[in-house]
Amino acid sequence: MVEEGERIPLTLYDWDPKGGTISMVFQEVGKTTRLLAKMAAGDRILNLVGPLGLPSHVDRFGRVVCIGGGVGIAAIFPIARAMKLAGNEVISIIGARTADLLILEGEMRSVSDRLIVTTDDGSKGRKGFVTDALRDLLEGGLRADRVVAVGPAVMMKFVSETTRPYGIKTIVSLNSIMLDATGMCGVCRVSVGGRTKFTCVDGPEFDGHEVDFDLLLDRLNQYVEEERRIAAADC
Amino acid sequence: MRGVSSRISPKRVPMAEQPPGERIRNFMEVPLGYTPEQAIEEARRCLQCRDPPCVKGCPVEIDIPAFIRLIAEGKFKEAALKIKEKNALPAICGRVCPQETQCEAVCTLGKRFEPVAIGRLERFAADWEREHGGPTIPNPPVKRGKKVAVIGSGPAGLTAAADLAKMGYDVTIFEALHKPGGVLVYGIPEFRLPKAIVEAEVEYVKSLGVEIRTDSVIGRLYSIQELFEMGYSAVFIGIGAGSPMFMGIPGENLNGVYSANEYLTRSNLMKAYLFPKYHTPIKTGKRVAVIGGGNVAMDAARTARRLGAEEVYLIYRRSEAEMPARIEERERAKEEGIIFHLLTLPVRIIGDEKGRVKAIECIRMELGEPDESGRRRPIPIKGSEFTIEVDTVIVAIGTTANPLLPRSTPGLKLTEDGYIVVDEETGKTSLEGVYAGGDIVTGSATVISAMGAARRAARAIHEYLSGKG
Repeated sequence: MVEEGERIPLTLYDWDPKGGTISMVFQEVGKTTRLLAKMAAGDRILNLVGPLGLPSHVDRFGRVVCIGGGVGIAAIFPIARAMKLAGNEVISIIGARTADLLILEGEMRSVSDRLIVTTDDGSKGRKGFVTDALRDLLEGGLRADRVVAVGPAVMMKFVSETTRPYGIKTIVSLNSIMLDATGMCGVCRVSVGGRTKFTCVDGPEFDGHEVDFDLLLDRLNQYVEEERRIAAADC
Repeated sequence: MRGVSSRISPKRVPMAEQPPGERIRNFMEVPLGYTPEQAIEEARRCLQCRDPPCVKGCPVEIDIPAFIRLIAEGKFKEAALKIKEKNALPAICGRVCPQETQCEAVCTLGKRFEPVAIGRLERFAADWEREHGGPTIPNPPVKRGKKVAVIGSGPAGLTAAADLAKMGYDVTIFEALHKPGGVLVYGIPEFRLPKAIVEAEVEYVKSLGVEIRTDSVIGRLYSIQELFEMGYSAVFIGIGAGSPMFMGIPGENLNGVYSANEYLTRSNLMKAYLFPKYHTPIKTGKRVAVIGGGNVAMDAARTARRLGAEEVYLIYRRSEAEMPARIEERERAKEEGIIFHLLTLPVRIIGDEKGRVKAIECIRMELGEPDESGRRRPIPIKGSEFTIEVDTVIVAIGTTANPLLPRSTPGLKLTEDGYIVVDEETGKTSLEGVYAGGDIVTGSATVISAMGAARRAARAIHEYLSGKG
């Protein structure tokens, strides 16, 4: 952003190679996203690097359930679109805390054979979490060949727990803390199937049934104190 | 030596330093450099050997006696130019080269006295030039109309780029990070290598006509194949061995455990020591354990001290005699109050209920028979386990090949450990027109050996491209 800035990882929502543009959706959660939110059209970001990480694995699997939570809906959108284009039947579940925070509903509908909306407070769609909607489907006998989930770590954890008894391959896109994001520092390390992996170069997508989510959740909290300090310094 | 030696001081001219008590409270450079008078005095100690062994001891073959004579004559700018005939980064090498195992190790004077302080003199000439009007840019060479891509802007990449630019090639460096310099900016701390000096030497390389594109991760943004399609006739890979190794002991993923790469990158590249003015955070830590015995371990320990750690422990499984860190760096670390736990091996890191480091358990070691590295193998002493209370652990046991570029380059021959296989003399890889040098070939080594390999590769690239017509 600026000379004093930090490096943060963001996921693309859309891109246009001809027009030379990329689109991202982000939530104001820290210093950098707050700065980013203050920008106006025509402003410049000092540094931008990408794409990074391994591309999403898209194939003709059959029936794919795409799940997006909160700002993760923006990240699941291009995956759902690619799954649809690859000839899959796409069932999407998107959720947010409340109706006002639900994004990209129309876009998701346009790339899904079926779209289920959930809100924690019931202000729109089914009341509850995306995992509740997923459980309804699975308990109702829906057979899925693959589940892909992007959202808060805790959501991805419970999606993985929900699909585990059914043995459905579940891919999650992890949101570890990153620094260089090129495999150089290891801050984004996660435990997958008992082995340490770097989210930035080995991921971000991993098999949700093998990810140690509790470790991920702990590691995501590494800098909460510093986040508070820098937010206080801004006031 | 014909009686000259009687007038030669057996000791080298000492260089002023920031005293330990002061320097642990700042990130400014520790050694302060020679004054012109001191440099002349030291330069006069050189015997001007006819067949100088020091030149052979230098991986980039600097004409050492010639530049030292120029210093002795007070021709400082000329001295800098003489060095730059062979080395585009003299202010950097004067600071971070292990001269004591290279040029100074074979200095004739060193047989009887302390060797000539070649590194300090190199640093002096380069600093003098920079502080007095900056470098002279050589006349632009005749352009050859051919483009060469260099991947990585560390010591190897900068050297290959400078050499090829001087030969008349259009050189573009692709750098993954947002600042050029590689390990010189993310790894080596400000107090050992000021970033302003790296910037100045990078500017010099740019002034030779080299274009540097930052934020460009080759292997992701473009593949090597795509670089050829974009019109580059040859590629040099100098991406370093940037992937941090961990020990594989329990507790290594706890919060508060850093790789040295992460710790140093936060502090050096991102300037986390100036948080919150700079936005990248770092856990400063009150009690810090650094694991490893190399220069990087010393850098991490000394950085922790400057960030305000009260106790910094350096944990190394062998004895000090086997330590790979330069003596100078070890001494400075000790002066700064770093506590050495030698013959000590960490066995696990213990965390609290929030997943944060609270202690490290170690076991004492004794030395057995020599191992394949020729150093005596450390063997654990049963029942000697003990615990040190710490809140931060920095793992500085080395790095390995980063898989990002090799993985995306089909046909590039790698060793079992993921390093690039090359012809030693030329740096030629298994792919036509693709050369490599530095840590991505050899594994972690020195700045200057990477530069030497890059020089040889640049020469080979020139031969390859001239042969092609």
